[in-house]
Amino acid sequence: MIRADNITVSRSGRKLLDSVGVTLEAGLFTVIVGPNGAGKSTLMKVLSGELVPDAGEVSYYGVSAGACQPAELAKRRAVLPQATQLAFPFTALEIARMGAVAHGALNPTEEGRKALARVGLRGFESRPYPSLSGGEQQRVQFARALAQVPKPVVDGVPRALFLDEPTASLDLGHQISVLETARDFASGGGMVLAILHDLNLAAEFADHLVVLNNGRVVAEGPCAETVNDGIIASVYGIAGAVGRLPAGHIPYVLPQSRHR
Amino acid sequence: MLKALAMPFRAVREGREAGDRTQQGVLVMILLVVLLVIACLISLGIGPTGVGLKDLWVYVTGRSASLSTQERVILEAVRLPRTALGLLVGAGLAVSGAMMQGLFRNPLADPGIVGVTSGAGLFAVAAIVLGGGALASVSALLGQEFLPLMAFLGGLLNTWALYVIATREGRTSTTGLILSGIAIGALSAAIMGLLITMADDRQLRDITFWSLGSLGGATYGRVMSILPFVALVLAIIPFVARGLDALVLGDAAAFHMGIPVQRLKRIVIIAVAAACGSTVAVAGSIGFVGIIVPHLLRIVIGPSHRFLLPGSALGGGALLLIADAVARTVAAPAELPIGVITALFGAPVFLFLLIGRNGISMRDLP
Repeated sequence: MIRADNITVSRSGRKLLDSVGVTLEAGLFTVIVGPNGAGKSTLMKVLSGELVPDAGEVSYYGVSAGACQPAELAKRRAVLPQATQLAFPFTALEIARMGAVAHGALNPTEEGRKALARVGLRGFESRPYPSLSGGEQQRVQFARALAQVPKPVVDGVPRALFLDEPTASLDLGHQISVLETARDFASGGGMVLAILHDLNLAAEFADHLVVLNNGRVVAEGPCAETVNDGIIASVYGIAGAVGRLPAGHIPYVLPQSRHR
Repeated sequence: MLKALAMPFRAVREGREAGDRTQQGVLVMILLVVLLVIACLISLGIGPTGVGLKDLWVYVTGRSASLSTQERVILEAVRLPRTALGLLVGAGLAVSGAMMQGLFRNPLADPGIVGVTSGAGLFAVAAIVLGGGALASVSALLGQEFLPLMAFLGGLLNTWALYVIATREGRTSTTGLILSGIAIGALSAAIMGLLITMADDRQLRDITFWSLGSLGGATYGRVMSILPFVALVLAIIPFVARGLDALVLGDAAAFHMGIPVQRLKRIVIIAVAAACGSTVAVAGSIGFVGIIVPHLLRIVIGPSHRFLLPGSALGGGALLLIADAVARTVAAPAELPIGVITALFGAPVFLFLLIGRNGISMRDLP
């Protein structure tokens, strides 16, 4: 269990996070939603141990994240950042391999190869990262995160996957694939925390939804109870959005999991 | 026989096609060791005197009694320290270049271009000028280590200043890096000018001799004075290689992968200053080695520091020894400054990088 209690982060006089509490439970897919500037990425940085909050504490199984060495944290959670650019032309395999090295794999090259196959990039091993499309780069990074925590549970201790807008530059099919892989990780006993902008995807995949607005948690719980007209109106400022079809001449597509 | 020779190359090709450049890296390391041995032989066996490779062979096989005293002295007291010094200076310069490029995430970061060398130079001049006056007691205490230690401090000061000025939120832009490097370098040169006006005749001679940038004054004393600095930098390679790889993905991603980022950066800054500063102290400023060697290696084995750093040490040593052999022979009996040779080859490589055939250098990386 990863817990954040009473987290407050201030930058230049503004509270990015204001007494936020979040708990990640093993076996659950937790999704953070909220408008731009709500503090979603900041909260993820605090939970991953990257950012030390001005007040409050993050604990990994009762141990304060601040007391953990970076290497200890790296064994327990992997992070998929938003778009990453590189100054040097590593290959896709070399990037995925770095995750496996962080995991402490005996044969990191082989583990990196497996992770690339898991994200559907078999055959891309020797491609230089800068030559890949944005979506392919994002999936290489996802492979790196998977290689860092290849199993959802190790010795009875659940691992965590933190995904910051994992679907941002992906086509519909790959959006679903990435989130399905993450859900499998959760149902295998691991913890998943994802920031998503697409409420439909959030509703499809989240076991637990956290709605963040102006640095505060404004709603939290299972999707069915959390996503309603009132919340959407107060957070995003748009009315009548939930569960209604648009006017007849507007086509719409609602991607859904393949429910294997 | 031919088949057996082709074996490693096939493994290299298969590995590369599968995205794994490990075998390629190992093969290149072996080839670099061979190159370095050849460079050492050239450096020991070539010179304006008649002592050649044949005499070297006689000496190495333990029949030195058949050589004249003069021939033995040339080999032992002139060529050998010069080769050892070239090896250390080349390895130190190339490794510090590669580490700096990893630290700044920028293939153009070279200690010579961004003012680290001039910081080391400033402190080296200060050591010569003030060593007889204000710092006399320190100088007496440290002996032959005084000059390299001062140059190390100067290099450290400038690397640190550069990092603080040119890096915002863990990111260094090419423009910021080079512009602040030029400014820091210019400031160092100006202060150096002030110090030189304060120098007396004997000190001026020392400064001129030092600033020529040559391996010419090689002695065992000089070799020993920089050995600890270069050895320190070579010794940390296995401990920083993985971290520098992770750092290419950014500070945050490196931290996520378990790298203590701030500690890594401090270690690398100290290492760059140690290698660069100490080599400046004994050989003056020899430019571009820190940029050519890592750049060529990246083309062949990719950017992974696992092979890039040891490869830079081997390749840097070999390159400097060959450049020194050229400097000694093309205008014999006169000797060209070695910096001229390295700049002649290095500056075009730098321009080539800047024009950016691979399109990554002109654009400011975020």
